[in-house]
This record gives sequence, structure tokens and C-alpha cells, in this order.
Amino acid sequence: MINFRLIAAVLGLVIVGVVAFCAVFAGWIVPHDPFVQNLDGRMIPPLFMEGGQAGHFLGTDQLGRDYFSRLILGARISLLIGVATVITSGLIGITLGLLGGFFGGRVDDVVMFAITCRLSIPLILVALTVVGLVGSSLTVVVLTLGLLLWDRFAVVARTTTMQVRNLDYVAAAWASGCSVTHIILKEVLPNIVHHLVVVATLEMALAILLEAALSFLGLGVPPPLPSWGLMIAEAKDYMFFTPWVIMVPGIALFVLVLGINFLGDALRDILGATRDA
Amino acid sequence: MRAPAIEVRAVTRHFRQSTGLFTAARSVRAVDGVSFSVPTGSCFGIVGESGCGKSTLARLILGLHPPTGGEIVVEGQSLQAMDRRARARLIQPVFQDPFSSLNPRRRIRDIVGLPLAAQGTNPAQRDRQVDAMLERVGLSAEMGGRLPAQLSGGQRQRVAIARALVLRPRIVVCDEPTSALDVSVQAQILNLLAELRRDFGLTLVFISHNLAVVEHVCDEVAVMYLGRIVERAPTDTLFRAPAHPYTRALLASVLTPEPGLGIPDVGLGDSYPDPANIPPGCRFHPRCPIAEAGCSERDPSPRALDGREVACHLV
Amino acid sequence: MSETLLDIEGLHVRFGGMHAVRGTALKVQRGETHCLVGESGCGKSVSALAVMNLLSRGARRDATRMEFMGQDLLGLSESGMSKLRGDAMAMIFQEPMTSLNPAYTVGSQMAEVYTRHRGGSRNAALLRAAALLAKVGITAPEMRLAQYPHQLSGGLRQRVMIAMALMCDPKLLIADEPTTALDVTVQAQILRLLLELQRELGLAVLLITHDLGIVARMAHRVSVMYAGEVVESAPAEALFAAPTHPYTRGLLECVPVPGRVRRDEKLGSIPGTVPRVREGFAGCGFRERCSQAMAECAGTIPARERVPEHRYLCRLAPDWRAA
Repeated sequence: MINFRLIAAVLGLVIVGVVAFCAVFAGWIVPHDPFVQNLDGRMIPPLFMEGGQAGHFLGTDQLGRDYFSRLILGARISLLIGVATVITSGLIGITLGLLGGFFGGRVDDVVMFAITCRLSIPLILVALTVVGLVGSSLTVVVLTLGLLLWDRFAVVARTTTMQVRNLDYVAAAWASGCSVTHIILKEVLPNIVHHLVVVATLEMALAILLEAALSFLGLGVPPPLPSWGLMIAEAKDYMFFTPWVIMVPGIALFVLVLGINFLGDALRDILGATRDA
Repeated sequence: MRAPAIEVRAVTRHFRQSTGLFTAARSVRAVDGVSFSVPTGSCFGIVGESGCGKSTLARLILGLHPPTGGEIVVEGQSLQAMDRRARARLIQPVFQDPFSSLNPRRRIRDIVGLPLAAQGTNPAQRDRQVDAMLERVGLSAEMGGRLPAQLSGGQRQRVAIARALVLRPRIVVCDEPTSALDVSVQAQILNLLAELRRDFGLTLVFISHNLAVVEHVCDEVAVMYLGRIVERAPTDTLFRAPAHPYTRALLASVLTPEPGLGIPDVGLGDSYPDPANIPPGCRFHPRCPIAEAGCSERDPSPRALDGREVACHLV
Repeated sequence: MSETLLDIEGLHVRFGGMHAVRGTALKVQRGETHCLVGESGCGKSVSALAVMNLLSRGARRDATRMEFMGQDLLGLSESGMSKLRGDAMAMIFQEPMTSLNPAYTVGSQMAEVYTRHRGGSRNAALLRAAALLAKVGITAPEMRLAQYPHQLSGGLRQRVMIAMALMCDPKLLIADEPTTALDVTVQAQILRLLLELQRELGLAVLLITHDLGIVARMAHRVSVMYAGEVVESAPAEALFAAPTHPYTRGLLECVPVPGRVRRDEKLGSIPGTVPRVREGFAGCGFRERCSQAMAECAGTIPARERVPEHRYLCRLAPDWRAA
């Protein structure tokens, strides 16, 4: 029998691994400087299409920049935004969720109110407004997304904390004379972390897509930085004549998000299983 | 005469239970005016059925919940006034379910060493004490490197006992310590507890729904019903001549492995106690086989009767 | 003259690499209570599920014989089996809340069982349900019919489960730890009810439990299971008067009985823990915990007979304790 879960897990690991490798070692991999323009060699098609040139594996864009090099560097931007956003939003959401779930009562009321408020904010509109007002830069995009995407972390951390809080080993830790900080960080957090890892993968995928959307609308990372969203935006004017310029970053984005989701599912299976064993 | 190890003075514990947006929150009286004292070195049993408040009482004695009213005095000091580390050195728990009482993400050595770590003992000394305690409860020191999931139920309960004893406390509160175990393992754990109690000079509070087990380990027994103690007596007296009708029903429902005796009629009706809805007068009157008209009006207070204390108008 | 209602021989159940039931034989006579007793993981519940063909996916069962009222269960299709379940062969489980559907009233669930097997109108079925609720000692049965399972207490729910099991006049009632989740006073009430119903309706009951007290008070016949095997089987009086397998003896000594063991004395106990038997395991499953174990215990164990009807699976002679 074919084990689809195993195939998906391996696929997810390979995709994320390859993209992460490209992102980290972009400086060594890129065959050309991704920022150097060559107006004589614009819109060279990829190697596997008619008219492709040996030097440019994926061809060049409308300014003659090497598309493969830009894609590799774009992977770095996309992953950086994904990871940084998840760290920011994870810190906010997990802290709020732990506090609300652990202490309950008034604290929980405040946390629930904050979550409800956040859920009623139209995500993309606020992000657009903020970036539009403050001006777009990598830091602004990461902070904006990080401050907006913590709700799922908070909800999951809160409910799982509520379950763990009432278990006897937490009572035993209280009776052992442990401090509140110790109990939250050492007894509760390690036992909910496998749920949070799954949320982190989902949020990372979401952050990457949102950044692409912002960049597409011209409010993400500023050019000439090659984010995948920006590449799609720049390509949209040419997509009826040279469809590959939009398909290359589009497919890359799709594959990466798919890979992250596969990886999240696999992590859930693995971490969940060790708990029950 | 020495001061008692534990004195529970008119302790109550209420929980607020909200039922809906438009109804006022109800107050559930889980423990409602309970008093007793436990002499140093003895084993005090608390029996009762689910919802009678025995586990809440255990948590009150452990200082895990503050009482709503009343006071608990342990070794001459008020429990609420005590620092959490001082309390941990004095009193420790063993819980029912050895699968939820050990943190699944920690190694056995860290679980048993947690009370020591909380006191600030240095790691080398901690490991020495943990290894010695693991061997004392019948496990090997090598087990310290394992995770709880790699142990059987009986072994896990030994780990929980080791954790409770590693600080050499004076008092151990056991909340249904053998209910989740198989019969053959239950006997091992009961024997171990008896042995450790003797060797360490422990005072035990032993909570169980199994009367046969309580009879075997306890010196004195309190029977709880809906938050109150309805009868308290030395074990032999209680089992030889139960006074309260509820105690009698409980004793009648103990099924000893003696064929041919059939199932006794415990004489209780088909209404079941609900802690959120305590009947007026004597709490037991709706199920009581000997209840009279006055029982639904007057709440009986405990009174002394041949070396025991019983809360019933009719005995 | 008793008649064999359920006849099982050589039952094996395997899950993955586990050999959960290893050649169990079980006979339940019409009108008798047969107790299957053992500790967790001994295979007692799995055996019952195998009889009803309710094993989880991935489990494999095979048997040399499995007959119910003369009908071969092994060759029976799933639809044939589901005609039997809840009809001639009914069951009750440990936690009634999980076996009752929370979305339907007690009445509609009880009526559904009856109309599915016997047809007829819903009103007739509801009348029968009300009569049965009264029979299991529930006051105001009409009111209970309109209630949902969560509105009932644990004891009431188990009474409802019993009444539901009786809807189609079963010949065999399989009860898997029916009182383990209940308080002791309620347990006594439920067991008393089962005993009365069994006598009155001539039910055969296969009662699965870990509690030797329940076994002693309820059983006509007892089978003790350990590590997937029935290690001893006898009429109840004979088993408690002369427990012969070392495991049965050890188990009986573990049970605290008020007034039997002095407080400062040790309870009898069996060292070690219940093993999980893997595929390929041979010999006596108890030998690692047994004080009488010898080298031959790793080989094939002969079934011996102490007196007729009292069989046990051990190399020791029936009078080993005396010798």
C-alpha cells in the first residue's frame, strides 16, 4: 500500500530543505548578480524554451536581470519574512495564550478580549494601511505581519494550557514548591509545544503568502529586492506575452507553501505520536 | 501528648460554577464545614463516592487550593501562612492516575528530583538522593534516564511515591493511589506504602473509594457525603459496627470474594447525589432507608457516640 | 440439562506484532452467568469483541470453532452479524455515555433498536421501552424516555443501557466491566438488578470484570485469563474453594478483605507486571512472575483437570500447594 502521509512528509522536508539551503547559501549559488541590469539581454526565455541561453537557466526579466539568481535571493526574502513573522507573532500569541489559559478568570477575560479584537481586524487592509503610512521596508513588513498573525497561536496555546493546567503533574509541581514561572515554562509549555509547532508552520505559510500579496500591491519589500511577490507583480504586465515570467515565481511560491504545510502535518504526526507512545 | 500532625478546623471550599450568560453563577459547596485532626504517625482514611469532596479536601490539605473558610494547621503552623518551599518540605502528594501525575516530557530522574530542585539543592547532590530514593521504592537507578511512557503503571506509581518522599516530608497525602492499578500491582504498592510509612515515620492521609483497602491501611476513617463528614471512627469500630446509615450502605456494598453470598441490597433508592444541588436538612435523607419526617428539615451536626463522631438524628 | 449457547474454541486475536488472545476456549450455557476475569491487557475484552466481530481494524481473529445457538459465527457475513448484535446477542459496556448517542433521546434510541430488528410501529416500541425502564427500576419511565443521555446520572445511564439491551429479548448478554465506572453503592444496585433479570428471564450473561468480588458474587462459572490464555476455568464454588493455577491463587491473595489480613501484615502480592505477549511467544505467560516456575514452563503447557469441570493450564499437579 502506498503511504501517502510518508510521501507527503518526505516531499515537505525536501522542498523546505532545498528552499532553506538556497536562502542560506544564496551568495554562493547565484550564477549572476541578481541586481545587475542588462538592457540588451531582456526577456531571454528559460533554457528549456526556444531561444534560451546557456548562461541564464531561467532566462532574464524585463530589465535583463538573471531570473534564476533573483528567484534564489527571493527565497531568502520569503523565508526570512516567514520565520521572522512567526517568531514575532509566536512570542506574542504564546505568551498571551499561556497566561490566559493558566491563570483563567480576569486574566483570561482580558486575553479573550484581545483575541476577539484581533479577529475583527481586517488583516490585509490594516497591513496595507500601516505599510502605506509608515513606508515599506523588510522590518516594517515583518513587524506588521507579526503583530497581526498571533491570534491562532494565542487560541491554541490557551486551550491546550487549560487542559494541561489541570493535570496531576502540574499539581505535583505546585506541591513540590515550584514557582509559577517554573511551572508555566517547564511543566506546561513543553507539553503544548507540539501543537504550537503545527500552528507555526501554518502561520509561516500564511505570512509568506501575505508578503507576496503586499509586494504584489507594491507595499511589500521595496524594489530592487527580489521577493517572490514582487517578482509576480513585476511580471504581471508581461504575462500575456511571456507567461513564464509570472509562472516561475508563482510556482515557486506554491511549491514552498505546499512544502511547509506538508512538513507541518508530518511534525504533528511525529510529535503527537511520541506523546502517546 | 504530641500535637496532631494535621488539624482541619471547620474548613469549607466553594467553587463558582457559571451555568450560562443569563443565570447567576451557582456556588458548589465541595467541602462544607469539615473538622478533624490526624495524630502524628497515624494513617487517616477518607472514604466516599464521587462528588463527595474527598479529592477537594486532599487538595486543601496540600495547600493547592485556599479554603473558602476555616483553617488548616499542619505541625502547629497555619498552612496558608506557610512559604511554598516550607510547605513542600512538610507535606507531599501521591495522586491517583500514574499516567497524568508524571510529566511525559521529562526523564524520571528530573521528575523525582523536582522537589529538590525547587529547594535549590545542587545537581550532584540531587542526583545522589534521587538514585537512592529510586532504589528505596524498588526501582533501579538506571530507570532515572527513562521517560514515563517507558514504564508500567506500577512502576510509575513507584516514581510518584519516590518524588513524594525525596524531601523526607512528615506527611503524605495519597489520593486514590491504587485505583488505577491492577489488583496484583495494587497489593505491591500498598505493601510499599506501609513499609515506607514505618521506616520514615510518616503521617498518611489516605483517600479512597475502596473500603477494603482503607480497612487494611488506615487507623481512623472518615466517611464523607456531599461535602460533609457523616461518620468518623477508629477503623475497627467503624467496620465492626457502622453507625450512620450511609456508612452501613457503603459497607454492605463491599463485595468480598466469597461465593454464594449474592449481591446485598444496599437499601438506597435510585436518586443520586448532586453536589450542585444539595438537599435541605440532612444531605443524605433522599437516599436514606431510615429517614423520618424531621430529617428533611434539620441538618444534623456531628456528635460523639462510643468513641466515634456521627452526624445523624436517628442513631 | 444445560444447553451450550456460546461455544468458542481455539480463538486467536492478533494486532500488529501482538498476540492478544492465544487459543481461548469459552462455553456459555443457557441461563448461566459466566465470568471472564483478568487484569488489564489479559485479552478478556478483546475476546468478547472478537465474538461480536467488533474488533478494531487491523486486528485478525481466527478460531477452530465459534458457534452461537448452533450457528457458525466465523462464516457469518457482517450483515448477518449485525442482525444478531442487539437482538439475540446484546451487550453493555463500561462507560454508558460513550455507547449512548448524545444527540437523541433515550426513548428514540431504545425504540430504534427494536424497530430495526423486529419492525413494527414506533409507538409500540416506545411502550415496550417504557415497560423495560420500569423493569430496571427507573421511576417515571415516560419522563426518562424524553430525556437526553447527558441529563441522566451514571447509574441511571447504565440502567438505561441494560433496558436497551433487553429490548429484543436477548439470549446472551455480554457485559464488559458494566460497573467499573460507577460508585460502589450504585455498583451493588446495578449488579443486583443484573442478577434478578438473569434469573427471571433465563438470560445467559458473559460478564467481563477485573474484580474478584464481583466474580464471587455473580458467577456460576469462572474463566481466569492471563496473557491471552484462559489459565483456569471452573464452577465458581470450586474455583474459590480450590484455586489451582498459581496466578489465580496469587490474585486471590492480593485482594484485601476486611478482617482477613492484620494491618501490620503484608498483603500477598505478585511481583512484576502484566506482560504484553508478542507474536511467537510460547509457553506459560505467567512463568516470569511465578514462584513455581521451572525450565519446562517455556514449552507447551498441558491442560490438566483437578476434578471434572475444573481445568487449569499448568504443569503443576492439582495438590501442588499441599506438597
